[in-house]
Amino acid sequence: MSGHVSPPHRLAPSLLAVDDLRIAFGANEAVRGVSFDVREGETLAIVGESGSGKSVTALSIMSLLPSSARIANGSIRFEGREITGLDAREARKIRGASIGMIFQEPMTCLNPVMTVGDQIAEAVLQHQSISRKAAQARAIELLDLVRIPDPHRRAMDYPHQLSGGMRQRVMIAIAVACGPRLLIADEPTTALDVTIQSQVLDLIDRLRRELSMAVLLITHDLGIVGQWADRVVVMYAGRNVEQGEPGALFANPLHPYTLGLLTASPRLDDSYHYSDGPLNEIPGSIRSIAGERGCTFAPRCAYAGPGCRESIPPLLTLSDGRQVACPVLMQEEHRVASFNY
Amino acid sequence: MPPYNNAAALRSADAPTPHLPVSEVVVPLPRVTPFYPPSPAPQPVRWRTGRRVLAVFARNPLVLIGATILLLISMVGLLAPLLFPGDPLAIVGQPFLWPGADAAHPFGTDSLGRDLLAGIAHGASISLRVGIAATALGLLIGVSIGAIAGYFGGWTDAILSRLIEIFQTLPNFVMLVVIVAIAQPSVVTLSFAIAIVTWPGVARLSRAEFRSIRARDFVMAARSLGFGPARIILSEILPSALPPLIVTASMMVASAILMESALSFMGLGDPNVVSWGSMIGAGREYLRTAWYMCALPGFAIMLTVLALNLIGDALNEILNPRNNEGPR
Repeated sequence: MSGHVSPPHRLAPSLLAVDDLRIAFGANEAVRGVSFDVREGETLAIVGESGSGKSVTALSIMSLLPSSARIANGSIRFEGREITGLDAREARKIRGASIGMIFQEPMTCLNPVMTVGDQIAEAVLQHQSISRKAAQARAIELLDLVRIPDPHRRAMDYPHQLSGGMRQRVMIAIAVACGPRLLIADEPTTALDVTIQSQVLDLIDRLRRELSMAVLLITHDLGIVGQWADRVVVMYAGRNVEQGEPGALFANPLHPYTLGLLTASPRLDDSYHYSDGPLNEIPGSIRSIAGERGCTFAPRCAYAGPGCRESIPPLLTLSDGRQVACPVLMQEEHRVASFNY
Repeated sequence: MPPYNNAAALRSADAPTPHLPVSEVVVPLPRVTPFYPPSPAPQPVRWRTGRRVLAVFARNPLVLIGATILLLISMVGLLAPLLFPGDPLAIVGQPFLWPGADAAHPFGTDSLGRDLLAGIAHGASISLRVGIAATALGLLIGVSIGAIAGYFGGWTDAILSRLIEIFQTLPNFVMLVVIVAIAQPSVVTLSFAIAIVTWPGVARLSRAEFRSIRARDFVMAARSLGFGPARIILSEILPSALPPLIVTASMMVASAILMESALSFMGLGDPNVVSWGSMIGAGREYLRTAWYMCALPGFAIMLTVLALNLIGDALNEILNPRNNEGPR
């Protein structure tokens, strides 16, 4: 395992800037004001439970929202250019060429009736004007780049002849075929074995450095985040509630939701065993968004006070670049009391 | 060490298990060199379509029969001008000659003295041509409209679906008769008319296929690469939607042949060419006295449709994605 090498991203310019993005499905808002930016060369992780709006955010960046959804507000700027209002043709030029995407299910994301080599070649041909022969040679290079052994033979295989990890490697090869500046990985390892997970994430990380691209890693797995992300955005019910570097965030969560997530997973260094007692759990479910007026997490929050249900707490930026949308845990007495888990 | 009797132990199964004394002698473990048989070198054998086709043929000899019949009929149709030169509508002998009565006309002659064997051979060519042309045209129209409706959805789908339904509410055969009555009957107009009445079925089938495949993840992945709609429809979805369409096509050829025969039987076919339907039509007045005039071309129709149906069944098996997983 190579581990994550941090790029000097603090100084790196912003590649993708999402500002107060709101996405509505009819009258319901799935994303209610998300702001983050991805700097060049860094890995930004978006963490949150199912239904928090992570994937919809990713699809909106790709302009691939389903027809029932629309961007109600906010802007998405990629390389300084607004991409929310682009027409279909312009959006297609960005998709695949400047932004690549890999999906959760490698089993179903490849065309079952086309060889993997052809599928990679097709992706190359879509955005580069080279001959088919050159594209096929490039496909074999890409298979080699994602460490698929014997790429000449594998290029002629159909997806059903490959294992899950291999298929995800092929997906990655397709996504990076045109040398994108940004790779969006939507739960790239959820469908894979734990041993394959770290290989795939290592691969993504290596490609990030070799191809000098940024990675937007969408996951619900905090274990992945600590090892592979430079910065983390925690999303809850369509808003980002906390943002920071994983080390600082894990050591000192400033939002009750982040704290709840961290205490809900066992950690090796606590010498905690699941037979010792129940893990902490966050009561309720993400659907219990009762306080439409106040903080969306208030109904499930152990620290919620009367003020929390009145107005939505603003996203505060702290001195070290961290952001948090909750004033409660920053009060000293709560922090000390809460972190004895 | 007391002798340990297995049979006794079995008999007294309810009794407490005898306590076996622990041996003092430590028996050394035999040294075993693990031996793994050398694994066979991986064979670069791929389970290709060709082998699967052969396997299906071997499993299902009826397909072989169907394919052979169809091949023979096509050969006869193609070679008819060589085998039976001259106009099959020409009077060549005595009328009402029963099959086998004259060696020169083994299938006999009809009420005007035209050779039935020559008619059936030339009719094969017409029937197959109409069947294939009508199916090709019907597939082209049906798949295009179904693909557009299924891929784009929304308003496009609503409008195209209504169009399909309008065509489906019209009774097929009446529509066919009307079109042929307006246009001059010929092989081209017959094929066109049959395509007009058969495409809605294909369109519905392909719309449903495209709708379901469009929702699959690999189409989303293709869109994430910036592929345009035309490319996704043609190179991503169509290959996966083909199997049911090909199976339908084989049935469509059969039904087009039947429609052409029915039209010719009613006297609405091309009067200048002989077809199986027109032969039956010509013989129907003598059904009680000279039934062979209807029976022989009718048998040819039955044989062709049967062959096509057998092939359709086999294609269904060959192209079924569930059979795609070969041994591996």
